[in-house]
Amino acid sequence: MNRYPLWKNLMIVLALLVSILYALPNFFGQQPAVQISSTEDTPVTQALLDPLQKALDEAGLAVSDARLTDGKLILRMDDPALQLKVADFVRDWLRNREMADRYVVALNLLPKTPAWLQDIGGKPMVLGLDLQGGVHFLLQVDMETAIKQQYERLRDDIRTTLRENKIRYTAVKENGKAVTILLRNDDELDKALDLLRTQFPELDLNPYSENGKSGFRGVLTQAKLVEIKATALQQNITTLRNRVNELGVAEPLVQQQGDDRIVVELPGVQDPAYAKQVLSATATLEYRAVDDKHDAYTAHTTGRVPPGSRLYYDKAGRPVLLKKRLIVSGEQLVDAQYGLDTQTGQPQVSVTLNSVGAQRMRQFTLDNVGKGMAVVFIERKPETEMVDGKPVKKTRVVEKVISVANILEPFGKRFRTTGLDSPREAQQLALLLRAGALAAPVEIVEERTVGPSLGQENIEKGMEAVVIGFVLVLVFMALRYKLFGLVADVALFFNLVMLMALLSMLGATLTLPGIAGIVLTVGMAVDANVLIFERIREELRLGNSPHASINAGYDKAFSTIADANVTTLIAAVILFSLGTGPVKGFAVTLSLGILTSMFTAIMGTRMLVNLIYGGKQRLSGLSI
Amino acid sequence: MGTSMNTPTINFMGQRKIALVLSLTLMLLSIATLAVNGLKMGLDFTGGTVIELAYDPAPDLGEVRKVLESAGYNDVTVQTFGSTRDILIRLAPVEGKSTADLSNEVINQLKKGFDGSIEIRRVEFVGPQVGKELAEDGGLAMLFALISILIYVSVRFEKRFAMGAVAALVHDVTLILGLFSITEVEFDLTVLAALLAIIGYSLNDTIVVFDRIRENFRKIRKQGPVEVVNISINETLSRTLMTSLTTLLVVAALFVVGGETIHNFSEALLVGIVVGTYSSIYVASALALFLGISREDLMPPEKETEEVDAMP
Repeated sequence: MNRYPLWKNLMIVLALLVSILYALPNFFGQQPAVQISSTEDTPVTQALLDPLQKALDEAGLAVSDARLTDGKLILRMDDPALQLKVADFVRDWLRNREMADRYVVALNLLPKTPAWLQDIGGKPMVLGLDLQGGVHFLLQVDMETAIKQQYERLRDDIRTTLRENKIRYTAVKENGKAVTILLRNDDELDKALDLLRTQFPELDLNPYSENGKSGFRGVLTQAKLVEIKATALQQNITTLRNRVNELGVAEPLVQQQGDDRIVVELPGVQDPAYAKQVLSATATLEYRAVDDKHDAYTAHTTGRVPPGSRLYYDKAGRPVLLKKRLIVSGEQLVDAQYGLDTQTGQPQVSVTLNSVGAQRMRQFTLDNVGKGMAVVFIERKPETEMVDGKPVKKTRVVEKVISVANILEPFGKRFRTTGLDSPREAQQLALLLRAGALAAPVEIVEERTVGPSLGQENIEKGMEAVVIGFVLVLVFMALRYKLFGLVADVALFFNLVMLMALLSMLGATLTLPGIAGIVLTVGMAVDANVLIFERIREELRLGNSPHASINAGYDKAFSTIADANVTTLIAAVILFSLGTGPVKGFAVTLSLGILTSMFTAIMGTRMLVNLIYGGKQRLSGLSI
Repeated sequence: MGTSMNTPTINFMGQRKIALVLSLTLMLLSIATLAVNGLKMGLDFTGGTVIELAYDPAPDLGEVRKVLESAGYNDVTVQTFGSTRDILIRLAPVEGKSTADLSNEVINQLKKGFDGSIEIRRVEFVGPQVGKELAEDGGLAMLFALISILIYVSVRFEKRFAMGAVAALVHDVTLILGLFSITEVEFDLTVLAALLAIIGYSLNDTIVVFDRIRENFRKIRKQGPVEVVNISINETLSRTLMTSLTTLLVVAALFVVGGETIHNFSEALLVGIVVGTYSSIYVASALALFLGISREDLMPPEKETEEVDAMP
């Protein structure tokens, strides 16, 4: 007799039902939407939604759904033509309220998954850039330059320190790999070494001499090198995130890859040239004194700016009058860290300047206690404009005041900015300050752009291949194995459903090679059934009873199936660990497909075979 | 009932010398063409820029070439891709000059000189360093795959089987590479992925045969290794052909309708499945025989042997 216990049948049916449920979200299609998210990590609130919705209604722009999801405001519409209009309207609306800097307005296509499915975590598969179109960049941070910059800073700092301590030197030089210090008098060697060791713990100092002069050769410690690289990478990631925000991309990705690379993925971006321009912008910052003798609002409204001052605006668009004389610039900023004041518990940002910056800062703050000082964040964005049909490269400069604070006491190398509203604001300021410090240059080392039409074509062709392959296999199996073939066909169908459900649940990205993996899975998944069915046939040929043959077929084929699949899995796993984007997608679908096929082709078909033949006491033969 | 279809009795192993000679010849030819012509490495491994543009209306290729040459791009190939409207432009990597900006410049030049619309379908730029890394990683992946499989099959079967299996894989990969070298099909990351999938697939086939050989060595005691291997191959033949056919069907679907982007990928799969099926029948088993596989190597531990003896 061939029967599965009830629990086993129930388990299989349950697994199938769950699969159907989670595969469902892939069939509802997509809906155009406009997505509004905040540039500062704060979530968008009802305070924005209410007036905006009212304005939209008044303008006669029929948005079918407006709601806050995951801190973003999402406006959905049924008519694709409305999408651009709504986006433009929202941008204007924000600009009129001087909030344009605080929000990113992006076009998006969102799945029309019904609410009840969303509530149980149902979501469609994520499409890779090769399917939905978009830009993929791999950027490399120039670590050599980052380290060189550090040695240059050390060189300047060492000169200042030696001078301040009245130790005379003949040369302090660096070559990007080490800094060499040659003293005038040999009897000051010990004193200098002590001083340098305490002031520059990040250097490994060794005796060194050149042209009869003695001194030291300092090399950055391994720990410091690691730190420099990490900082250079982080700094660039921060800057890139800020840039990407401006592009108005709905779901951008900026992510570290390896020690010195950054991946930037911009789905839906159709103009890679523009994206490249925005990404290659550079940022710096300037500390400037606040002009407290004149009123900024008057200057703003009348347009009359006092001589010696300049009018700036802060993030909220409020005018600020600053002195033209520069105190310290980003090149002199070494580090900025956010933290909490150990005594008051208030959020603060600790800033470290190099020796040149420290000296200037000290001089300025000594004379200006009690007065205001502001930080201006400056971005230089290269742009290409067409002038008389020829591209002309230009640089657009965007300046913004990111912090205004009063000088409480004179300070130099290290100081703190307090009085910040929240830890989040402190964090933001520290990030921006670091982004504005002298950054290691980045270079695009890989670009892959897929236009939207090719993406759509890839999906269509891929799906067509899946369907044709699937139908061919269905027919073939039914012809060869009759009723058993039909059983295998049902299992193959559920294999696809389960694979789709798994991919959706795991949030795995579907790529064109990924679809190819599904196609290949369809062809290979029936292998398990072929093995079993051929075995059953053999057993029948040996004269065994139908029931015994079914049993033996499934039993004997099992270890073969397992062995054969493990080897394919090995290849798939290796592929996954090696692969980049699309190829990884192939490995994912192939390996998941193998796993689901083991379930459907062995347990699924067994259940059906048992249901068909299991109840019959006497069987004269099998339709195989 | 399937009784009408009896197990075939083809003397595969009788032809094993011919098969080995054929395989060796093909392999030598492949290695020769690889040594002489090399592989046409794709952008992923060489670095450089590929731009796919959709023109409307279809452009004159000569015109496109002229525009690019007069703009100073010398090492450029221009070809149609799929249809006469789709143009594929390849720019070889130039030391110091190959940057991501190159594609922008090229597209701007082309748009200037064309009366109609040009849509960007695809731009791929791979820096020389990245290309070198991808090539190294790819080679490593191949090596890792072969070694892991060698270990797995050694543990599950026996080392002579493992060597037979890996030899069959090396055979498959060499032949596919040889064919790609002769036909000058571009070898890129997706083709590499296909090769690894073929390794998995071909091995899958080999293992099914080996599994049966092992089983039969334990069961059939009156016949020599050659006959046992022969019987095993015959018994698994319909399964081998059936699975190869279904897989071929789907890959053929991919090859025909899957589009240009994965054309090389599906071509590698298509060839690989044919070669892989052949190799798991002839190469792997024949080599295991050649290496002197015998019943003793496959016997389960003593206790089980007694059980088998006790059976009538």
